[in-house]
Amino acid sequence: MQTSGVSTIERPGVAAPRTDGKLHALLAEFDSPQTLISACERVRDAGFSRWDAHSPYPIHGIDEAMGIRMTRLPYLVFVLGLTGCLTGIGLQWWANAADARQFGFVPTFLQGYNFPVSGKPFWSFPANIPVIFELTILFSALAAFIGMLAMNNLPLFSRPVFRSRAFTERVTSHGFFVCIEAADPKFNEARARTFLESIGALGVERVEDHDEAPLRNAWIKRGAVIAFMVLLIPPAMIAKAWTSKSNDPRVHIIQDMDNQEKYKAQQSMPLFADRRAARQPLPGTVARGDLRSDDHLYRGIVGEQFADDFPASVLVNESLIRRGQQRFGVYCAPCHGLDGSGNGPVNVRAMELGGSWVAAADLADDERRSRPAGHLYNTITNGIRTMPAYGDRIKPEDRWAIVAYVRALQHARHADADALPPDLVEQLKDR
Amino acid sequence: MAAIVGEFNNTWDDPRERAPLVGRDHDFRSLTDTVCNVTERPFRQVPIGWYIAFAISSSLTLVLGAMILYLFCTGVGVWGLNNPVGWGFDITNFVFWVGIGHAGTLISAILFLFRQKWRTGINRFAEAMTIFAVICALLFPGIHVGRVWVAYWMGPIPNQMAMWPQFRSPLLWDVFAVGTYFTVSLLFWYMGMIPDLATLRDRARTRIRKIVYGLLAMGWNGSARHWHRFERAYLLLAALATPLVLSVHSVVSFDFATSVLPGWHTTIFPPYFVAGAIFGGFAMVLTLAIPARAWFGLKDIITLRHLENMNKVLLATGCIVGYAYMTEFFISWYGQNRYESFTFMTRAQGPFSWAYWTMIFCNVVAPQAFWFRKVRTTPWMMFIVANFVNVGMWFERFVIIVTSLAQDFTPSAWDTYSPTWVEYLTLAGSIGLFLTLFLLFCRFLPVVAMAEVKTVMPQGEVHTRQRIRFDYNPDEPRD
Repeated sequence: MQTSGVSTIERPGVAAPRTDGKLHALLAEFDSPQTLISACERVRDAGFSRWDAHSPYPIHGIDEAMGIRMTRLPYLVFVLGLTGCLTGIGLQWWANAADARQFGFVPTFLQGYNFPVSGKPFWSFPANIPVIFELTILFSALAAFIGMLAMNNLPLFSRPVFRSRAFTERVTSHGFFVCIEAADPKFNEARARTFLESIGALGVERVEDHDEAPLRNAWIKRGAVIAFMVLLIPPAMIAKAWTSKSNDPRVHIIQDMDNQEKYKAQQSMPLFADRRAARQPLPGTVARGDLRSDDHLYRGIVGEQFADDFPASVLVNESLIRRGQQRFGVYCAPCHGLDGSGNGPVNVRAMELGGSWVAAADLADDERRSRPAGHLYNTITNGIRTMPAYGDRIKPEDRWAIVAYVRALQHARHADADALPPDLVEQLKDR
Repeated sequence: MAAIVGEFNNTWDDPRERAPLVGRDHDFRSLTDTVCNVTERPFRQVPIGWYIAFAISSSLTLVLGAMILYLFCTGVGVWGLNNPVGWGFDITNFVFWVGIGHAGTLISAILFLFRQKWRTGINRFAEAMTIFAVICALLFPGIHVGRVWVAYWMGPIPNQMAMWPQFRSPLLWDVFAVGTYFTVSLLFWYMGMIPDLATLRDRARTRIRKIVYGLLAMGWNGSARHWHRFERAYLLLAALATPLVLSVHSVVSFDFATSVLPGWHTTIFPPYFVAGAIFGGFAMVLTLAIPARAWFGLKDIITLRHLENMNKVLLATGCIVGYAYMTEFFISWYGQNRYESFTFMTRAQGPFSWAYWTMIFCNVVAPQAFWFRKVRTTPWMMFIVANFVNVGMWFERFVIIVTSLAQDFTPSAWDTYSPTWVEYLTLAGSIGLFLTLFLLFCRFLPVVAMAEVKTVMPQGEVHTRQRIRFDYNPDEPRD
């Protein structure tokens, strides 16, 4: 059926096969897939185990004719597919639904966390199915491909059969071969040759083992390993850069507008006489909201003297005193005490410790009662002796509120019960 | 390219006899010679058409490179996108190219599972087309993100920011679906090609061909034990690729369907997109196959029957797509959602109605020509129809994306979209890249799956003529 017109492998004109090497196998050619299948049945029945058939395409029925067992590749694919499925579940759970605080031992760059999206549950399975599905397929497909190659011991570039001209000329085009290895326990060269000829071989050829084939395979393998190692160098460098510290600025390949050609406030700039990039404000410049021209409100002064009364913008009423009481409790009571007598816990403790502490004043003594409101305000603002300045942390209006409350305390500490309204006296009696 | 006198015609249907899939008394050897000749013929024997096509397509590829460089150096402002229309040509091209790929997988995987023997003549280059189309497709989401140098944030890669992607977003599903699709298609294509690469290796005359094909063929020696595992792996890959290909365009359609935009937010999208993808993909297979078989003398292997079968698929999927268009309109009326009905009425009557009616003509009307046997079996006629479908499927994606974005709920937020010259040239460049890769493939790799075709030749079918005794050898090694 084949048009090659060649009836034997050992044709004239082809270099005579070398006979100095060790016999690797006997190679027999057959003229068609039908004769190949018949031959395979005979070889199988003869009990050979280290032999193979070679054809340019997969022939239906040759597995049975040769007695090839079903490959276990599907199991491998199933297991790897399952692994892909579990990887998909695990990856998504870890990256989007793992509470990072539980796994503090994991390095930060590997740590998963709860990924909030529109208040939805962190683990919402239907939305995770596509990725699980794709990873299952991906792992299975890689398993099928790599598993097929590994089980077939591919790639293996140099093989003894490739030494046969007849084999390489025809096996991938239109030739059908059977190859029985010398390593087969039932192998005997003379008998095997007769046997192959008896089952319809067009010709039989010795395939010899020369040292070059394994050597070449070994070099190709070494080359592949070296190439792989070289490819590992860049990721290794990245990994090292991640885990090590450096005083050098980072390599900034993509600028992302991080560095722009412009002067920033604290840089020097040769263009101006003072060599500053930032210009100074004009003399007398006042920042927005910092004018504070009302001396009475902001400094407690009228003319050259401390003001006796409250500024016009502060309305003295009960709510101001209540506000002052609240602020007094926060800022003043720790030292001056809730009643302003100077028995606050900080003062008590500091007095016990001694040292340079100056006792907190009793705010209701005659000296403080005689001070104008502006003086009290000034003391709150700027501090005195061991008392710090509170001007930077209490607003002016609140400082005046505290002054109003101190005035109320002074009044209360020196008032008679008769001066109180009668209903309030009744309340106090109930206590 | 006309139906020249003497073209092998195997399109007859006779219940008494199966029409042959390989023409003119080919045997294994002449088949090998014919297919390998495509890559082995000297440069001066390559038809002038190939050179002209390659000159044009490689120039367009350079234009693509220049446009991408301009985009990277300047920013996405070089495109005509605006605030409501954030997706324009970029995502249109992405969906278009991903869809093209689906026909290749359908031919190689689904038709394999259905034991459609005619797939063997065209599966190799349909798969190659898949790979090249998916390369073009992956390009667009990659470059449209603005800051391409951080595109790797799309993948779950541990990083110094301790930042993970959001796995519940359809855009991330896309990354996994299209990435898996590309990987599996590449594996399928390459694995199927190993035996044919071995053929090229064994026929190689020059040292460089010997080394390159030798490395690519991995030392394949046609062993029956290898074939056994190879066929099993091939079957597994086909079984895996079949649900995969259905999932990929479904996931692509989720990019739209899971939003709340009228015109996107419909449950018909996954099946409708998959049918459209196969429709558009088969059109592209025809567009490539018709010139390639003429240039490289493959008319006896990619026969008229192959082309006619593809035309039948085109007709069937075209009708499904037309049905989907009607269903969308019906639901927009039946659902009584005023925004949705407005969107669909605007598609047919609004500023982009020219695109809509182009789509309807190319996708629904033009394929009806395939009801006529004369059109199905005349290469130049089917070439014209297939190109209508190519254009129509691009416009389908354009209509879906742009009309829904441009006019959604609030009229004050409406805008329109006009692409810039950069976008036009990028689209042209992606076609150039696709064709360049395909033309190089034709010249340097086996364009027909020789080993597979040999199994469907009359000489190759053993089991029908010979009863094989079935018996395991107990000494046979296990895997």
